[in-house]
Amino acid sequence: MPETPSKRQLLQGNEAIAHGALAAGCRFFAGYPITPASEISEQLATLMPRFGGTFIQMEDEIASMGAIIGASLAGVKAMTATSGPGFSLIQENLGYACAAEVPCVVVNVMRGGPSTGLPTSPAQGDVQMARWGTHGDHPIIVLAVSTVSDCFTTTIKAFNLSEQFRVPVIILSDEIVAHTRECVELPAPEEVYIINRIRPNVPPEWYKPYEGDSRGIPAMASFGDGYRHHITGLVHDDHGFPTENPGEILNFHQRLTQKITRGFPEIMMTRSYRLEDAEVAIIAYGSVARSAMRAVEEARQQGIRAGLLQLITLFPFPRSHVTPVLKHCRAVLVPEMNMGQISREVQRVNQSFCAVVKHNRVDGQVITPDELSTRLIKL
Amino acid sequence: MKKNQASRYEIRFSGSGGQGLITAAVIFAEAVGVYDCQFVCQTQSYGPEARGGRSKAEVVISDAPIDYPKARRLDLLLAMNQAACDAYFRDLSPGGLLVVDATLVEQYPTSRIVAIPFTTIAKEELGREMVANMVALGAVGVLSGHVHAASLEKALLARVPIGTEELNQKALQRGMTEAAKVQLDTLPRSIFNDDEV
Repeated sequence: MPETPSKRQLLQGNEAIAHGALAAGCRFFAGYPITPASEISEQLATLMPRFGGTFIQMEDEIASMGAIIGASLAGVKAMTATSGPGFSLIQENLGYACAAEVPCVVVNVMRGGPSTGLPTSPAQGDVQMARWGTHGDHPIIVLAVSTVSDCFTTTIKAFNLSEQFRVPVIILSDEIVAHTRECVELPAPEEVYIINRIRPNVPPEWYKPYEGDSRGIPAMASFGDGYRHHITGLVHDDHGFPTENPGEILNFHQRLTQKITRGFPEIMMTRSYRLEDAEVAIIAYGSVARSAMRAVEEARQQGIRAGLLQLITLFPFPRSHVTPVLKHCRAVLVPEMNMGQISREVQRVNQSFCAVVKHNRVDGQVITPDELSTRLIKL
Repeated sequence: MKKNQASRYEIRFSGSGGQGLITAAVIFAEAVGVYDCQFVCQTQSYGPEARGGRSKAEVVISDAPIDYPKARRLDLLLAMNQAACDAYFRDLSPGGLLVVDATLVEQYPTSRIVAIPFTTIAKEELGREMVANMVALGAVGVLSGHVHAASLEKALLARVPIGTEELNQKALQRGMTEAAKVQLDTLPRSIFNDDEV
């Protein structure tokens, strides 16, 4: 097996996601090229075979999602990467992965939408779609990246959460993060903390494929392991067979929801910057968090006590991290490259603690530090 | 808004798609970041066209970690055509330097300018118009004073397609030589006319 590059190198966000996937143990990638996500496919087309993995360019994103579900069921960590239009196509099979509890990672490098939108411009318009894009109540984890080094570490984290909770994990990037190049030093493979799915330790005849452990997460046998079992998108019982029994339906939904609820402390990730004495704060994610950090610095130079809460986990919404900021600040600014998708969540958890102010930009341009510091000063 | 950090140095490579501006910026960033070990961010912005249309690439260099990755007040603007020169000239900081391809830019918005016929040099002296970007990269490297020539050369050799190393290297050298002839201290100190300073 070749060495993972471990010296200082200049990488694009997209390339770092590809390296992160390999470091996490991903050995199957199926995708269809689309700006601004194509570099992830390009990198993995070259690298995946060197790691003994499989790369397939599929006919479309519906098939890509199907392929990674199949690979994961066969015991291989799998990922696909796309942008808005492809993310729409992925939704159908994504629901299957949620229902059948198939670990997998889906990267969505957001570009201007709706429809084919603005292929080469940045946006953050797919945030609520990442949470609710596929139909029905379903568990899902959505993470956002903002720097090249983030792209690497968060991708590893995405695989770990996916394996640990048997849930699809969405990584939301955007055109700016995807195409920004920075120097990173990637860790050696043995330095990377990896979580693998729990495998059954009972004889095949005792195996119940959808019986949760104490945390509600079922052990997962791979196809071909000798554990014969049934997998379906229909609501199913512990044996994996369709059910219409109200009690079993309720168990299915409760376990799916509770396995995530119980994992909140591990799943919810944020980064605080100068919040200790902040009177006003920005809550931001993705590339906007970088503009926000500069804006906080410049507002501080003008005597404004500003801080930043950067969201890495977008869903489940990190309420326990956001509430203290809302309680301690006079006002919170939520800048986004959309019409207000995370600000809805912030407003939802804000029980009149403070003023929540939106700042939205949908003209295909980056939110600049100047416009944010101007807003901060007026808060 | 005042300039954010004294240590930040911002360059924009601009022109039209297909001129190799992103490649030039990537090589510059790699030289600065990997070989000179400074903090660097390289970003880009382009239209959906494969060739033609707008294209710009930026390199931000700093001695501290970089938060906002894009350029705000340019210290150096390379404009490889008139449209880029016109569109981005106003993003230069007053003490910034405008570098243009004298082959394709005819109207100069300031006298604080270095005009070198990159495309003509590439076409007539090196035999390939394609390497105009590398001639420009060599010149920008010297004029910026923010990268070691040896680093730029190493980064270039690691990035260009196999079989084109010698041509590209020659182009880089040619740009460096041309820029070395420029006496920056003879230029006006500001991009605005002297009576406005």
